[in-house]
Amino acid sequence: MSFVTLPDLGEGIERAIVACWYFKEGDVVEEGEDILEVVTDKAVFNVPSITGGVLRKVLVKDGQEARIGEALGEIRETN
Amino acid sequence: MLGALVNNYHVQDLSLIDYAATYRIQKECVERVIAGGAQTLLLCEHLPVITLGRLAKEANVLSREAIASKGIRIISVDRGGDVTLHSPGQLVVYPILRLENFKKDLRWYLHQLEQVAIDLLMTFGIVADRIPGKTGVWVDGEKIASIGIGVKKWVAFHGLAINVCTDLEVFDLIKPCGLDIRMTSMTRLKGEPVDMGGVKERLVECFSRGFGLKSEIRV
Repeated sequence: MSFVTLPDLGEGIERAIVACWYFKEGDVVEEGEDILEVVTDKAVFNVPSITGGVLRKVLVKDGQEARIGEALGEIRETN
Repeated sequence: MLGALVNNYHVQDLSLIDYAATYRIQKECVERVIAGGAQTLLLCEHLPVITLGRLAKEANVLSREAIASKGIRIISVDRGGDVTLHSPGQLVVYPILRLENFKKDLRWYLHQLEQVAIDLLMTFGIVADRIPGKTGVWVDGEKIASIGIGVKKWVAFHGLAINVCTDLEVFDLIKPCGLDIRMTSMTRLKGEPVDMGGVKERLVECFSRGFGLKSEIRV
């Protein structure tokens, strides 16, 4: 099991809001594919999946805030 | 040799163009830069359009009827920030930059864009500054440049809009950036017409200096 986490977006940025998931639970995602969009005050950032697999669970939903490093979703890797 | 390639960037002037057409060009540039192509600076003016960033609130579009009667479209876009308006006379700057070449830091990049606008305005004798907590560029408390970006695979898109000789009355249709503010322009501050061509030239110079890059003009 792997987790998509909110990446470090730079100095002084501690949080971001999940704007939208491009996939829903059960969808297959490829490694490196943008899986969701997060937003800070003036920037939209596309978060890629670090592994290929099935998006098993969305942990932080659209409109919710997350901290840097926080797990946003869970991916079951495909072998 | 590799250093020269990394430091060169293309400048493409799209002139006066529809927002949707520019958006498609931006996206093509982003994919090209992600694939290793040359970083690109797109310059343009847009036909009147209101864009809603990801954090935009409906209430900040003040009069949908007045907007519709003027034939102005409202479009939701994948940039940060609230509502803004583009109109002829506003220089819109879309740098498609690989932030990995500089710093993977969104605040740093926004700060750099502000500095490019501040430096540009200074060449026209306009002293502009930042206001802490309010991204953008300001002159005596009035906003002259707005900023909102998108980032994909650490390649930045969207960017900066500077009011050169924009009709400022159109901003009455919205609450720019969701704030109770007044907008200003270079023409208003100078009290005389400011030539868009000259602003573009100096913008490219300030951008090259600010990011340590060398421009290559594409037509």
